[in-house]
Amino acid sequence: MVKLIAKSAAEGLLPVEVAGVRVEEIVAPLASLSPFQGQDAALGKALKKAHGVVLPKAGQITQAGEVSCHWFGLNHVMLMGAAPDASLAKVAAVTDQSDAWCRVRMTGEAARDVLARLTPIDLRDAALPVGATARTDIQHMSGALTRVGEDVWEVMVFRSVARTLVHDLTTSLETVAGIAEMRSA
Amino acid sequence: MKISCPICGDRDIREFTCMGHASMLNRPDPHAGAKVWNEYLHNRENPAGVIDELWWHGQGCGAWLVVTRNTVTHEILGARLARDVKKEMRDAG
Repeated sequence: MVKLIAKSAAEGLLPVEVAGVRVEEIVAPLASLSPFQGQDAALGKALKKAHGVVLPKAGQITQAGEVSCHWFGLNHVMLMGAAPDASLAKVAAVTDQSDAWCRVRMTGEAARDVLARLTPIDLRDAALPVGATARTDIQHMSGALTRVGEDVWEVMVFRSVARTLVHDLTTSLETVAGIAEMRSA
Repeated sequence: MKISCPICGDRDIREFTCMGHASMLNRPDPHAGAKVWNEYLHNRENPAGVIDELWWHGQGCGAWLVVTRNTVTHEILGARLARDVKKEMRDAG
């Protein structure tokens, strides 16, 4: 029998640290939930009961301990940090996505400048405060960007482009660090 | 150029794909006959001015929109969820 080796999406690529900004991979269970027609409220109830999290509004994330729920598109949220309870499948289409996405966390003061080079969306406090999330374009890749803390950002892209994401983040990090160095010289 | 997605707010044009004239929502009955289907599939108004088009926010929330824009001034005049527009069409009969 073929012996397969389980590898995370960014295995061997992360963590990376440049000029005080650290990029690391997040490995945790991930499931997409799409409420059946007219079942939004029922899904909200089931989520709260099974995982303690509230169903997030568009562009928002909700959290309860280790478990979080990210808005992920029209009629679409992602449950993170816990395997979805069986009760959710009664009111929503539930799909395990744990191995389908590459999730990275970027921490550091310059993280926003690094991301600003890769995405067209407004990253300022007024447009993307802590707890806000956006599905957007990340250097031509379809992804999700979430502000989880003042200087903490989460980036998600398809697993198949994990290496490209790490490359783009690293290149942008080095550029931003280089500009800072030039200015201080 | 920006399109104001009803779900996501103002977003850059590169997140959207134009999917053709909004008349595509007005799909005829399967048995409407060749003439009607030919009209639906192939004939379009091509106005110099205000036009309704389907745009897909594929690099964002995934919603299909009906975007009203001016082909002369390139002004985006509004965007609504295509499903809401379709529902109104259905309700109006």
